[in-house]
Amino acid sequence: MNQPLLQVSGVSKRFGGFTALDHVDLHVWPGERLGLIGPNGSGKSTLVNCISGTLRNEEGQIRFEGRDIGNERAHRRARLGLARTFQIPRPFSSMTVLDNLRIPLLYAARRRLGFAASHAGDEALQILEQVGLRDKAEVLSGRLTQIDMRKLELARAMAAKPRLLISDEALAGLSTSEVNDILGLLSELKAHGVAVIMIEHHMRAVMKFCERIAVLVAGRKIADGEPQAVATDIEVVTAYLGQ
Amino acid sequence: MSNRTFAAAAFAFGLALVYGSGFIGNEYFFSAAYTVLQFVILATAWNILGGYTGYVNFGSAAFFATGAYSSVFLYKALQPPLLVMIATGTLAAGLLGLVVGYLTLRMRGVFFAIATLALSVVLYTFVVNWDYVGGARGAYILQPHEVPFGLSSYIHFLYSAMVLMTVAALIIARAIERSTIGRGLAAIRDDELAAECSGVPTLRLKIFSATVSGALMGMAGTTFPYYLSYVEPSAAFNLSYAVNSIAMPLIGGMLSWLGPVLGAVLLGTALQVVQITVSSAWNLLIVGVLLVVFVTLAPNGIMGWVSAWRHRAARLERTG
Amino acid sequence: MEPETALLFNAIIAGLLLGGFYAAVSVGVSISFGMLDVVNIAHPAFVILGSYIAYIVNDRMGFDPIVVSIVLSPLFFLLGSLLYRVYYICFEKRGQESLRGLAFFFGILFITEVALVLIFGVDYRFVQTAYSETTLRLGAIDFPMRLVVPFLVSVTMVVGIQLFLTHTFFGRAVLAVAQDTLALRLMGVNTFRVKEFAFALSIATAGVAGAFLIVIQPVQPAIGREYIGLVFAVCVLGGMGSIWGTLLGALVLGLAESFTSTFFGPSWAPAVSFGLLLATLAFKPSGLLGR
Repeated sequence: MNQPLLQVSGVSKRFGGFTALDHVDLHVWPGERLGLIGPNGSGKSTLVNCISGTLRNEEGQIRFEGRDIGNERAHRRARLGLARTFQIPRPFSSMTVLDNLRIPLLYAARRRLGFAASHAGDEALQILEQVGLRDKAEVLSGRLTQIDMRKLELARAMAAKPRLLISDEALAGLSTSEVNDILGLLSELKAHGVAVIMIEHHMRAVMKFCERIAVLVAGRKIADGEPQAVATDIEVVTAYLGQ
Repeated sequence: MSNRTFAAAAFAFGLALVYGSGFIGNEYFFSAAYTVLQFVILATAWNILGGYTGYVNFGSAAFFATGAYSSVFLYKALQPPLLVMIATGTLAAGLLGLVVGYLTLRMRGVFFAIATLALSVVLYTFVVNWDYVGGARGAYILQPHEVPFGLSSYIHFLYSAMVLMTVAALIIARAIERSTIGRGLAAIRDDELAAECSGVPTLRLKIFSATVSGALMGMAGTTFPYYLSYVEPSAAFNLSYAVNSIAMPLIGGMLSWLGPVLGAVLLGTALQVVQITVSSAWNLLIVGVLLVVFVTLAPNGIMGWVSAWRHRAARLERTG
Repeated sequence: MEPETALLFNAIIAGLLLGGFYAAVSVGVSISFGMLDVVNIAHPAFVILGSYIAYIVNDRMGFDPIVVSIVLSPLFFLLGSLLYRVYYICFEKRGQESLRGLAFFFGILFITEVALVLIFGVDYRFVQTAYSETTLRLGAIDFPMRLVVPFLVSVTMVVGIQLFLTHTFFGRAVLAVAQDTLALRLMGVNTFRVKEFAFALSIATAGVAGAFLIVIQPVQPAIGREYIGLVFAVCVLGGMGSIWGTLLGALVLGLAESFTSTFFGPSWAPAVSFGLLLATLAFKPSGLLGR
């Protein structure tokens, strides 16, 4: 079957008189690494919210694995294999790092993959190992450092065993080595066949990591193609420099 | 400790209390203990939606009174055995929780809280205008002459029934707390949006929580008419139920089943003492002040203190 | 005029007059909850407090309660300021507003009511004013002054607040804070001060509205609780944070209560405001002027 994993068609979202998204089309192939860039306020987060289901788009369609998910609530979309992180990490602060991962494992991954609840703990430890938080497994998640919270955000999304993971500005404000850490994690996902939409301002990371880049400006997609082509696209350059 | 082991132990403990109390001659003990146990159930029930899920219910009285008045209604209509009354009252209150939850839990917790406040007043108004169950004048419920199971007095019997209901409530609360559902509820409490995006069916779980919480609060009220032999709306809908069911878990600790028990036993006993020595208005004032003090200074309650103290001790051990 | 029509018109007039008063009681919550997102369910407690203070001064010195409350409103303003600071330090800063904040205000409501019972007892208190007994009669329609005077002052206060919010610098700062606190902070505005001011203003309106209340009807401590539903019903009906919406919602509620009282009996009246609130929350949470 040769269809996109995610197909966003003509999606529009308005807040009162303000149009946040204006007939946006976007698609992602299985295992693809797509970058989504654009100036602040261009609608990137709104698009993520519409895709993940935390906001309802007024117009347009969103298809995941060929299925129209427009009417599905966010938790159903997570169960179907669509995970996201939040720009500002939202840990379950009364729980340990390990228990944070149990939630998506038990509620999103388990439904789809059908493993026993008692395995969740081991699965969670494995994921923590991958992201480098294994030794902090029993720490209360509210007490982590910034970078660790970002890693936890990512780990939690990974724990949902998604087919598509949307990473919302996970690199903001991180040091070079920390950026490389996170990029390494995201690259590993590709090895497992997980597609990634990476929303970033960190241009170097986007250019290095992504196979394709889409550009959103004022709610409209103005470019979509190979990184080099997009980087030299005159409209894109103006949009960024003209800010 | 698994659920089954705990259930067996709790049940055994309950039976021991019932049997052991047969040696107590003082009727007042049963009366006071009945009240304290009532609060244990209410606090535990409230905490399922409040502490576990993070949604504040100001209308505990509405659910409690539903249990009480469904008993009154059945008494007037059919005079069924007590067990039937308890079951019906519990179901009725659960249904109320389900309906109210379904209608209002889609919104922010704040609106749910306000809706529960509204619920109490609306229900109270209905009951006051419903003559079949006595309306504003109240209804008389006669305690049967024969005390079941050969116990010493009817109040002893009510106390015993209360003990068993308390045990049931604790078993249920603890089972929920430690189950996958309990984890889901905790996720909702910590960050509902993140929970939803992690696959937790938040609305469904919230409604479940509201239903169970309501049902147990109703259960606490089902024997109330027999306890006083007389029920009138202002007693059944007494504000103290609303305040105490919030204050007790807050004081004891909202994150586990033990907190409400602690809070209810401590505060409940203290209130019984104050009730005899001073007036009941002072009673309420004390609860109110305690509520405010704890919520500002010790939001995790006594259990919170204990666990923080333990964490600190453990950390010192690790570094020292 | 036919007696039924007269009854109807009187119900309408009473409803509108009461509605104006309800707007005054609710405008504070429109600010604290609608604009600042602080769930001050203890708001009615301050209204009742205002009633009792007006009562004391009226009882001892015979001054008009409404005048007294306006003169004493700075005290309520200070009280509101203090309360907001406690709330901010204990809850807003820690991000625990929802559950704990609610419990906190509930406790305050409770303490106030019980304290009033302990001090004043449960008897109804009322005031004597120059106009309490007067009723204007236009044809078959009554205009009781004890309703008209509070109505006029209420509407003046509510309109005054709306004008303050839209036409003064500080007022507009409040409106801005309601919309985007972060942006304001980035612009260098001390948002804490703005919110503190707004909250204090809301409590001040409560104190003044308390005087209106005791002119309209005798009060006792438990009445505060009955007003919680009313106040939030008005705000939700009117759409949160809109002063005009509050006025509209209040008038609707006043009329609904008046009709219920006249045609079904006063014992059903409390169910009206709460019932309307429940219905609105369940079916149209964005209010009548819903966004």
